[in-house]
Amino acid sequence: MVMTARKARASAPLFTQADVEALSERNNEPKWLRESRLAAWELYEGLPMPDKSDEAWRRTDYRAVHWEEAGRFASNGVGTIDDVPPANREPLIGDHQGGTLFFVNGKLVGSEIAPELRKQGIIFTDLVTACREHSDLVRERLMTKAVKPGDGKFAALHAALWTHGVFLYVPRGAAAELPFHVVMVNTHEGATMGHILAALEENAQATMLVDYLSPDLELQSGYIGATELLVGRAATLHYVGLQDWNRKTFEFSHQRAIIERDGNLDWIVGTMGGQFVKLFIEADLVGQGAGARVSGMFFADGTQTFDHDTQQNHNGPLTRSDLLFKGAAKDEARSVWQGMIKSLPQMQKIDGFQASRNLLLSENARMDAIPGLEIEADDVRCTHAATFGTLEEQPVFYLMSRGIPRPEAELMVIEGFFEELLDRVPFERVRERLRAGLEAKIVGTTAR
Amino acid sequence: MVAALEIKNLHVSVEDKPILRGVNLTVKQGEVHALMGPNGSGKSTLANVLLGNPAYEVTAGEIIFDGHDLMEMEADERSRAGLFLAFQYPVSIPGVTVANFLRLAINARMKAVDPESKGISISDFRKLMREKMDMLQMDHSFAGRYLNEGFSGGEKKRAEILQMAVLNPKIAILDETDSGLDIDALRVVSEGVNRLRSNDSNLGVLVITHYQRILNYIKPEFVHVMYQGQIVESGGADLALRLEEAGYDWIREKVSVE
Repeated sequence: MVMTARKARASAPLFTQADVEALSERNNEPKWLRESRLAAWELYEGLPMPDKSDEAWRRTDYRAVHWEEAGRFASNGVGTIDDVPPANREPLIGDHQGGTLFFVNGKLVGSEIAPELRKQGIIFTDLVTACREHSDLVRERLMTKAVKPGDGKFAALHAALWTHGVFLYVPRGAAAELPFHVVMVNTHEGATMGHILAALEENAQATMLVDYLSPDLELQSGYIGATELLVGRAATLHYVGLQDWNRKTFEFSHQRAIIERDGNLDWIVGTMGGQFVKLFIEADLVGQGAGARVSGMFFADGTQTFDHDTQQNHNGPLTRSDLLFKGAAKDEARSVWQGMIKSLPQMQKIDGFQASRNLLLSENARMDAIPGLEIEADDVRCTHAATFGTLEEQPVFYLMSRGIPRPEAELMVIEGFFEELLDRVPFERVRERLRAGLEAKIVGTTAR
Repeated sequence: MVAALEIKNLHVSVEDKPILRGVNLTVKQGEVHALMGPNGSGKSTLANVLLGNPAYEVTAGEIIFDGHDLMEMEADERSRAGLFLAFQYPVSIPGVTVANFLRLAINARMKAVDPESKGISISDFRKLMREKMDMLQMDHSFAGRYLNEGFSGGEKKRAEILQMAVLNPKIAILDETDSGLDIDALRVVSEGVNRLRSNDSNLGVLVITHYQRILNYIKPEFVHVMYQGQIVESGGADLALRLEEAGYDWIREKVSVE
């Protein structure tokens, strides 16, 4: 009998404490940040890798990840603004951007903010710079209020090793009329860890869109992200995050919003790319009258696995939340949505809603939706709904009976399913981009 | 040459249950036929089968339209050949606007003729839509609404006739288009149909209905009575009046005697 020695696959990312120290050194970071990174690293080392014995990971298998590729920093990650596709660089509306931040392989390649916004005291800069130049503003907010290092293995890893990020600060009463646009592009394999920290003070208003994308590459990539949205009293934030990684990317991210009294968040999450995506999405309504609308759309094809874990926490009276996730799965794709509405005791007059609408486009695809409520108050209105359907023949027949060929008729019906959410994206150019992406998935030119 | 829809000895089943049991009927361009009959006699089944609804299975017989064997054609091909069905219960399609859908339907026709066609221009399409919506006394905002989504019964019927007006078929089947319409709406819709009959397309119509009412506006030259999956009586416009007065009992009796 011949025995072949097989190289054991790494069961966890390959980072070390030396990586934390080197990163902090290279960024010339203040002492508090270096210390917080090292503390997070210690926490990370003490936590086990999540597996199917953890409730949040029970339905999700990420063992196809090759940490030798996705769990280390790429050394050749040089990039320029030219690596950002022109479609992702054009203004979201009209001819002017409120501000732009472009990153390639975790490095800043372009940064701008409109003078009229700067005059209002608005800060929109990359996080490495912000930690040095706006240390006081960042320090009290960075992973202290929304996403915390202790939220999980990947939250701790991110806190220790985040590579790049965005700091948006809108002072009291300031309203940014033009939108902020962030693009993160990865043209090389390996890991990046992007961070979004948006803080709106009392009565502030802003709109921001973040694009994540990468071209097809030979080896696997990893993205360990965190998004923190801090919506102050009576502030309004429109936030859109659209992910279109290549099919060899494994993403593990935490996203959490904290909404203060009478604040409002309109949050859109689009998941289209990646081989494996695990997103924890949480809206914490902490002040009386705070409201959040969370819209999620995804389309999984090929062998993609998307897992969205959402939570709406009603920790203030008279709080409102409205979550709608719409997704489709075809080929051998897999999706999981697990939702939870929670309330603290005695939080009266809260209004929470969650719905998951699933469109199953192949017999070999699988979609799970698990709604949940944990309400400890009685004067509340909290409801949830999960539906599953396949592509119905009668609407397709109806369109065909007007002369539209079957492929186009099917495309229209499936696109129509998503239109309700596309309509919520406040930029026509971005909607067009999303429609084109959906179309490519529906007609089957993307599964690879 | 005028197009004709020829239905010969048509047998149709739904889930192995026979619904149509040998239907024979010919409708030519320019003619108006009425198909009447009690509930469950198979009228709507016939309408759906003519357009190729996959929910129905043709077990015998043939349908020829303008020289084409319809049994060999998908629903979209039948439509592009010039056949139209105004549905009794149009399905709603969320996220698809009336305008977008109709523009695609027109473009599909143009592309079938010329694969290089770029389709109708936006301005020509807008003009066409406005003209037809005005004819049917519809608010222009209608074009931006999702197809049949949240439409009232009357709006759905008007939307069906709007589609017919825009697509300009050779022969149209109106499946209980009168149900759910008040008398004013019925008049507007019927006038729309008549206007299409008087223009160049020389529309042929098969009006499926329970009631004489719509036939006061769209006047049939031929009236047929369907009962238990067959056409058991055919005649002129006076047959519809007789049914209105006497109901269907005499038909039932006549069939049971034979």
